[in-house]
Amino acid sequence: MKISAIITLKKDVLDPQGKVIHQTLEGMNFKNVNEVRQGKYFEIDVNENDPKKAKEIVEDMCEKLLANLVIENYKIIEIQ
Amino acid sequence: MKSSVITFPGSNCDRDMDVALKKFGFKNKMIWHNDNELPKSDLVVLPGGFSYGDYLRCGSVASKSKIMQSVINFAKSGGLVMGICNGFQILVETGLVPGVLLRNKYLEFICKNVFVKLDNKDNPYFKNLEKDIFKLHIAHNEGNYFCTEDQLKEIKDNNQVAIYYCNNDGKIEEEFNPNGSIKNIAGILNKEKNVLGMMPHPERMIDSCLSGEDGSLFFKNLLNNIK
Amino acid sequence: MQVNEKLAVEHGLKVEEYKLICELLKRTPNLTELGIFSAMWNEHCSYKSSRLHLKKLPTKGKKVIQGPGENAGVIDIEDGDAIVFKIESHNHPSFIEPYQGAATGVGGIMRDVFTMGARPIANLNSIHFGSTQHKKTKNLLRGVVHGIGGYGNCIGVPTIGGQTCFDRSYNGNILVNAMTLGLVKKNKIFYSKAAGLNKPVIYVGSKTGRDGIHGASMASASFDDKIEEKKPTVQVGDPFTEKLLLEACLELMAGDSIIAIQDMGAAGLTSSSIEMASKGKLGIEINLDKVPCRETKMTPYEIMLSESQERMLIVLENGKENLAKKIFDKWGLDFAIIGKTTDTKNIELFFNSEQVAKIPINILVENSPMYDRKWKKTKLPKKNKIQKKDLKNLKILDVLKKMISNPNVCSKKWIWEQYDHTVMGDTIQKPGGNSGVVRVHGTNKAIAAAVDSSAVYCWAHPLTGGKQIVCESWRNLISVGAKPVAITNCLNFGSPEKEENMGEFVECVEGIGEASKYLAFPVVSGNVSFYNQTKEIGIKPTPVIGGVGLIKDYTKMITMNFKSEGNLVLVIGKTEGHLDQSLFARTILDEKNGPPPEINLFNEKNNGETILKLIEDNYIKSAHDVSLGGILMGVSKMCIEGNVGIEIKKPDSLLSEFEYFFSEDQGRYIIEISKSDIKKVTSILEKNAVHYDEIGTLVGKSVSFNEKTIVPVDELKSYNNNWLKDYMR
Repeated sequence: MKISAIITLKKDVLDPQGKVIHQTLEGMNFKNVNEVRQGKYFEIDVNENDPKKAKEIVEDMCEKLLANLVIENYKIIEIQ
Repeated sequence: MKSSVITFPGSNCDRDMDVALKKFGFKNKMIWHNDNELPKSDLVVLPGGFSYGDYLRCGSVASKSKIMQSVINFAKSGGLVMGICNGFQILVETGLVPGVLLRNKYLEFICKNVFVKLDNKDNPYFKNLEKDIFKLHIAHNEGNYFCTEDQLKEIKDNNQVAIYYCNNDGKIEEEFNPNGSIKNIAGILNKEKNVLGMMPHPERMIDSCLSGEDGSLFFKNLLNNIK
Repeated sequence: MQVNEKLAVEHGLKVEEYKLICELLKRTPNLTELGIFSAMWNEHCSYKSSRLHLKKLPTKGKKVIQGPGENAGVIDIEDGDAIVFKIESHNHPSFIEPYQGAATGVGGIMRDVFTMGARPIANLNSIHFGSTQHKKTKNLLRGVVHGIGGYGNCIGVPTIGGQTCFDRSYNGNILVNAMTLGLVKKNKIFYSKAAGLNKPVIYVGSKTGRDGIHGASMASASFDDKIEEKKPTVQVGDPFTEKLLLEACLELMAGDSIIAIQDMGAAGLTSSSIEMASKGKLGIEINLDKVPCRETKMTPYEIMLSESQERMLIVLENGKENLAKKIFDKWGLDFAIIGKTTDTKNIELFFNSEQVAKIPINILVENSPMYDRKWKKTKLPKKNKIQKKDLKNLKILDVLKKMISNPNVCSKKWIWEQYDHTVMGDTIQKPGGNSGVVRVHGTNKAIAAAVDSSAVYCWAHPLTGGKQIVCESWRNLISVGAKPVAITNCLNFGSPEKEENMGEFVECVEGIGEASKYLAFPVVSGNVSFYNQTKEIGIKPTPVIGGVGLIKDYTKMITMNFKSEGNLVLVIGKTEGHLDQSLFARTILDEKNGPPPEINLFNEKNNGETILKLIEDNYIKSAHDVSLGGILMGVSKMCIEGNVGIEIKKPDSLLSEFEYFFSEDQGRYIIEISKSDIKKVTSILEKNAVHYDEIGTLVGKSVSFNEKTIVPVDELKSYNNNWLKDYMR
């Protein structure tokens, strides 16, 4: 089954990209933007039918490779 | 001959380009990204570097800066616009030249000398050059040129490929492709041939004690072509 | 929060230190004040274990404009030009988060240099990793290289040289040392000494976040009620902002608005504000409400201890505020007047209109602890007798092939091709040679720089090892035709609280001092990194030396690639056959005991100066110093780079071919000269009492000893070039 993982920088970690994108959006007249934070999105097709187990596998991947927990968080969502 | 080099926040080859243009006889002006108007120029250069830190996509933020509207108008009226490295990335983001530049195949920044072969001399940049194979220098993380099948056909039909990566004999093969570019493409012209985007840095090859001197040939010839 | 002994200890202070603080203040500090003391009195800021010994280093010289004590050292390179340079460690952060750790290390050292008004013109780095077999090594190496490149490439400063070593003593504690050189006009150097009363104190650069805040986890836990996220201790670098900060600072520096400037590095706002005031013998008042913050509800404690990157503190002339603000606005950077200089000699902090800290500055600086730690002397190990039978079954070509692809000898091209080494258009010698060389823009001069370490020698005998690295740095500069001017050092050691590690430190420093004094090669800046250890086991003592030299006419620069067939190759300096601690002994014979090669400072100086004379007289076509792996490694690399072969004939001597070709005796160089110059060259050598051996003639495309013992240069090249690439892919 397909599981997605979203990796974002932790709340208190500086996000230089997000900052520049925010400034540019404002420069292009997109007003009312409070903050922009960017991250990474993964879609992983796991050979596992039990959603709980599949999520656990992806969670393990996040902890060991996809995210650096020193600066990043991850969120796991089941797609199908 | 008058040239203008645009400095974006994060540009870092702007001075090198200024030095090179002046060395070969251009009267060059440095233009700030936030200016509205381009001064009267025979050539506009978008230099290399990391405009806006390469954030979001390389060149994407710079392509939206104030001065770019004048640069786009200048190009559309037939003016010569040359983008080197990050300048090339900005050009593709504006749509002045087709395609996109992806991350290098091995996901590593590459700084080294390469050989390139001129494909088409029927343009103001390469006209009258005697050699076909040049030794130039690349330094980039996102130089992997990509376009759709349809675009590629159009590019070829219109003779828009400027240069290909090759070996010292001019062989254009995958093993001489440093970054995974489609068909070894290292530089592209627009349909009208007045806009050139390329990854190699001719401004780093203008002295025998540097990486080489093929950049000097390029600039000398360019000046003569514009005169 | 109640401040007490326990909290002080959690902040890394010793119980006695905490008692001293209370005694000096005549009261208990509040939390913010405790944080300030812990930052100022920690090893990194106070040099409390090292100060006593660092004092012994020679730091003065005819060419020295500024020695240690400022953001970086400064040397005179004539014609009104000066070079600002320093090396610094970022070891621990790089182990936790290799990309960001290495990147912010590069960012920090560049700020140290442009703080002084200099435009950075070259970066170098020295990186040490664990065994190539260790499971973490590959990822750490990849992350560190990407981080160094990611930051340096983006700023647009060429990385012109470096050094990479692998040794299992770094398995749990890698070393990442970054060095930057900058160019400045002698009369436009900026210092960190504040002067004058009521001068505005300006904050510029990025906003302050909760990055890298020290203190105990418990202490920081109380700052946020919902701590679902552990506080980040690793800072994220933003090279784009640094590039803007660099350009904005240099633009402001072109005028005469700045009285003092200091970057906010370790211990951020705390150490920068206190240092400026302390040097000017002034007080400083800061209104923390004015500090630009990235996050909401930051406390005084957090604001003072944040290590957010890309920030600077400036003391301005009165009336220049608007002019300065305009420049920083243009570059899109934060600008805030956060305080002023005072005559109270106190640091006073205000927050929400309340005074939140008041400490006499002299207590923080002059009264900071200094320790004369116990240390143990290392005896010179007994010399090994390497038996003839150990060598009997070895074949020289097998040994050569094995050693030329050794991780510590092989080509590091995979690394340095990921660094932009040609931006700025003045790099005339790329990484991979003896030293990196950049032209001084628009002049005939060039600056050579090299970084070196010899942890194995320092481990075997710290005193000799300390001397050796200074000499090696000196030789690397001489080999490109540069006159050595000064050095910077990054002293990476284990725990100063352990007698063995402290002893290694003391004796390495002594060795560095002795050699740099003799060679008139003073130490103008540096950094100490202690506690490089895992589970109580320290790394091999690893002082890293960054040497800087001047080439007056860059057309006379020498490279190491052999130039043309028919030329002769000489070894300068005497080969005694010292194999102990050599790469040959350690990797081929598996013999790890014995003393490192001896250092004869007279020979070092004499041989080096004679080489420079030969270069000056245009006799030398190519040159390389003899270092790790001995003569045959050096010759092979020169063949590989020059794509030309050599017919080697071993000079007559009592040494076996293994002793002659693989020993690591010091003070030696390999040079290429034209056959027709041999008489003139040897007469100069003889006149200066410099020993030399003629070891061969350049010919063909193979390295050969006789008809049977022959190997194509291309084959050596693939051994040398492919190892690292294959390892990483």
